[in-house]
Amino acid sequence: MNQPNNPTREYLAAPISKVGPLAWVKKNLFNTWYNSLLTILTLGALAYIVPPFFKWAFIESLWNSSSDACRDIEGACWSIVPQNIKFIILGFFPEGQEWRPILAMILLLALVIYSKERSRWTKLLAWMWPIGLIIMGTLMYGGVFGMPVVETDQWSGLPLTMMLSFFGMVMAYPLGVLLALGRQSKMPAIKTLSVVYIEMIRGVPLISLLFMSSIMFPLFLPDGMTINKVLRAQVAIIMFTAAYIAEVVRGGLQAMQRGQYEAADSLGLNYPQTMRLIILPQALKIVIPPTVGILLSAFKDTSLVVIIALYDVLKTTKVTLQNPHWTGYSTEAYLFLALLYFICCYAMSSYSRRLEKELHTGH
Amino acid sequence: MSNKLPPDIAQMPSKPPFWRDAEKRAIAFQVVALLVVAFVSYYLYSNTQANLERQSIATGFGFLDKEASFEIGESLIEYSAADTYLRALLVGALNTVKVSFIGITLMIILGTLIGVARLSSNWLISKLAASYIEVMQNIPVLLQLFFWYAIFYESFPPPRQALNPFDGLFLCNRGVIFGVPETHAAHAVMGWAFLAVLIGSVFLSRWAHKRQDLTGKAFPTLRITALAAIGVPLLIWLAYGAPTAMDVPALSGFNFRGGVTVSPEFSALLLGLVIYTSAFVAEIVRAGIQSVGKGQIEAAMAIGLKPGQRLHLVVLPQALRVIIPPLTSQMLNLLKNSSLAIAIGYADFVAVTNTMINQTGQAIEGVALIMLVFLFFSLSTSLFMNWYNKKMKLVER
Amino acid sequence: MKLVKVIAVAICMTMLMVGFANAGKDLDSVKKKGYIQAGVNGGVFGFGMPDEKGVWKGLDVDTARAIAAAIFGDADKVKYIPLTAQQRFTALQSGEIDVLTRNATRTLSRETQLGLNFVQVNYYDGQGFMVPKNLGVKSAKELDGATVCVLPGTTTEQNAADFFRTNNMKMNPVVIESTSELAKTFFAGRCDVLTSDASQLAASRSIAPKPSDYIILPERISKEPLAPAVRHGDDQFFDIVNFSVLAMINAEELGITSKNVDEMLKSKNPKIQRFLGVIEGNGKALGLDEKWAYNIVKQVGNYGEVFERNVGVNTKLGLERGLNALWTEGGLMYSPPFK
Repeated sequence: MNQPNNPTREYLAAPISKVGPLAWVKKNLFNTWYNSLLTILTLGALAYIVPPFFKWAFIESLWNSSSDACRDIEGACWSIVPQNIKFIILGFFPEGQEWRPILAMILLLALVIYSKERSRWTKLLAWMWPIGLIIMGTLMYGGVFGMPVVETDQWSGLPLTMMLSFFGMVMAYPLGVLLALGRQSKMPAIKTLSVVYIEMIRGVPLISLLFMSSIMFPLFLPDGMTINKVLRAQVAIIMFTAAYIAEVVRGGLQAMQRGQYEAADSLGLNYPQTMRLIILPQALKIVIPPTVGILLSAFKDTSLVVIIALYDVLKTTKVTLQNPHWTGYSTEAYLFLALLYFICCYAMSSYSRRLEKELHTGH
Repeated sequence: MSNKLPPDIAQMPSKPPFWRDAEKRAIAFQVVALLVVAFVSYYLYSNTQANLERQSIATGFGFLDKEASFEIGESLIEYSAADTYLRALLVGALNTVKVSFIGITLMIILGTLIGVARLSSNWLISKLAASYIEVMQNIPVLLQLFFWYAIFYESFPPPRQALNPFDGLFLCNRGVIFGVPETHAAHAVMGWAFLAVLIGSVFLSRWAHKRQDLTGKAFPTLRITALAAIGVPLLIWLAYGAPTAMDVPALSGFNFRGGVTVSPEFSALLLGLVIYTSAFVAEIVRAGIQSVGKGQIEAAMAIGLKPGQRLHLVVLPQALRVIIPPLTSQMLNLLKNSSLAIAIGYADFVAVTNTMINQTGQAIEGVALIMLVFLFFSLSTSLFMNWYNKKMKLVER
Repeated sequence: MKLVKVIAVAICMTMLMVGFANAGKDLDSVKKKGYIQAGVNGGVFGFGMPDEKGVWKGLDVDTARAIAAAIFGDADKVKYIPLTAQQRFTALQSGEIDVLTRNATRTLSRETQLGLNFVQVNYYDGQGFMVPKNLGVKSAKELDGATVCVLPGTTTEQNAADFFRTNNMKMNPVVIESTSELAKTFFAGRCDVLTSDASQLAASRSIAPKPSDYIILPERISKEPLAPAVRHGDDQFFDIVNFSVLAMINAEELGITSKNVDEMLKSKNPKIQRFLGVIEGNGKALGLDEKWAYNIVKQVGNYGEVFERNVGVNTKLGLERGLNALWTEGGLMYSPPFK
């Protein structure tokens, strides 16, 4: 990568061939004078940035050492991650029980991966999900088979992030569909309620809903009744995501041709039947890709619960950074976390792109 | 549901029972829905009233004209701890506007650059742009904010060892400090002149369009406007004797005095928001440009338009129509995400309100204020963009 | 539809998280639950912060453990709920937590307007300023124009603003809503001054890269009696929380530690016998097991032990007892008789 001049000189000297790496280089990097200039400038910039970063990240770095050893080196102290991995990933989950959340997360991952193929979307899968969720819940909560009970307030770190995003998506989806139907409805009262809800939620930041859940919501409840902090935040995330899903689904509904409604009418189907059997299956299929986009941002947005002191994976990382031994290694810890989020989000977004392609050819 | 009677029922001579009558059923359904909403609201309201009473929490907005008694780090208007809460909130709202406005401008510029780079025929540039888009889209914006803020205060030197790449610019962990021209009577006149040129250009362009419609002769409105916008203020500056005195920052006491300081909180917030959102904008711009058919460009070439004209007259107006709606929602996203300022200590509206809630204990009023103010900002942005979108649509004939 | 089933499961799981407390009687609901819910800070080393294994440690945490030991005979029956400054009073008012052990300052308005009852102070504090030594500042009066790191929405923030105003000085505040995050920012040089309760300044200094580079200025600009708090409405629960804190102080006065408490059971001193429940009466009066004070000392320790373990001179914080010494040693810690 570091000798931009070399290929240039070679291609000038030799006759232009239509194949081979040199031809590729000419065609893709040096096809016009300004592209050549751009290539050289970019390569120069990369040469300036990449080697020092490489040296910092890989050569002069420590991968698993004590924090004291890290004070003496110039490079990255990746040790912060393996040395604190238990707290970063699992948070307050009691010691000796770590296998339970890990197993639950693996189960969730396996289910998600299994559900990827559309050919597997069958009755069997419809049973696997609730059963899998019950197993996961049992693993986390315990209380049976000799597993000690772990209260929900000890669920933190990655399992909490996953729980908030998963239930956020699953519960927000049907709510969003209902809201979208409400917005398209011919009944003025229903329509107004839906529109007001959707536009209001979409107009305010998530943080205001989280504030509402954390400091305002307790005032709404009758004296003596409390709702767990995690659940309150979960409700806020669901309410927020539902409004966005509603708008996406509305797009799908609007794309349906009048003929579909008329055909359903002529068959004598009533409104719920029309929606359930004719309109929604088609409309929802159209909007699968943008819906995944919404779910993706819902996943990223769960990190905002940091601000109301829930210990999701970002918060546990921050607490680790506040430990006297490990202050000053924010870059390393945040890069690790960024990688973690990136892997999850990238998998989801490339899946959505694949679906988009599959669904497109289906027409 | 309402007027879609199954045909057999519609033709029935006698009236169906009311639970079969779709219209009446619709009314009943709406009444029930409204009742449920009203009941839930009343239930929550009465609970809240009871709780507020029991805990003797004050209600109402009477606190707004009490003394705030806390300081705010950066403010566009004069503010001190002796001012009222109302003024403190105004400071916060202005700070939100400031970061959103600058952020949206930079976001559009950077997003467009990267979107165009993504389509570049240069493999290296295109791949770099693609990886920028992938990486930045897929990392939560809050994490990015923490990251940039940590970089700012962990890697930059203290003020006494501030980096000084050239005269009048200092980089340190107190932020970016740079010199500005000292206030002079000329500046105000220059500003007004600039504004006058801009307003004049609107009329000029109208006249130019009319003339082009009549005679077919094009008039270089853009170039003349650009020339005037730079030239007129420059002439005024020269006429005032070209004042060059600079307000140069200098270290005195604890901090730099003079010049303009951009705080690390503001910079980190701006950086995080712009980098995150511009990745989405880049995708939008790419899709917009790709949506313009190749035939359009070929046709433009065929009638002999120059590259600049092709872009200005053919590609952009069509691409913008595809770009504006999703771009609007990204602008709103940036505006709403600016509320994350609270996590890194920039005094935006949410942060100031949060402090106010802590001091007065009036959570309901505080959260309601946050929602109202953001709704106002969001709606006004949407309205403006809808107006602009309509205006662009008119180009279509 | 599979979604319906998933939702059904989700709703079942949420049932686990809704709690109905017995209105009015906090003690009954606590006993029924089998644990106490304590609101803690989560970010102040030595007062309330999880260690790298996720175990809560600190003076405030030990106070909560003492209350659990008194009620249940088991100091581990505590659920810690980390709270931000913004959430702490709402959480207590709404019943989400039973007791707030989160270095909160006892003030008149909080006792009256917020409907809280503060118990015996577990740490006497005062607000101070910390600066880097190389600034050469000797007094807080020399801080004109300084950039000040401060927690938003706290009494600390108002005190600092008042102090600068009354002395005709200007301050540039930098506010971040997390004690340790704020300290990190200060050490990185973002501000010239860190202002907070002196104990927290010491706590922060202990995590500095080079603690000796920083000095805490002599001025104390406020009184900050930090105490646990409960809601209005259940006097018995208030008494239990109050005397749990006092029991730790009384144990120190009597010379009872977690190590010698079993031998002390055989002591002939009637004060000790009453305290440890050998002579019965105190437990019944509070509505607790007669061994309540024994359990506190055995499982948590006396005030001196708790202090030394979490914040004392041999810890990273290195705090002197100062005002928090027993009254017999020139401090303010004074326990009423246990009879």
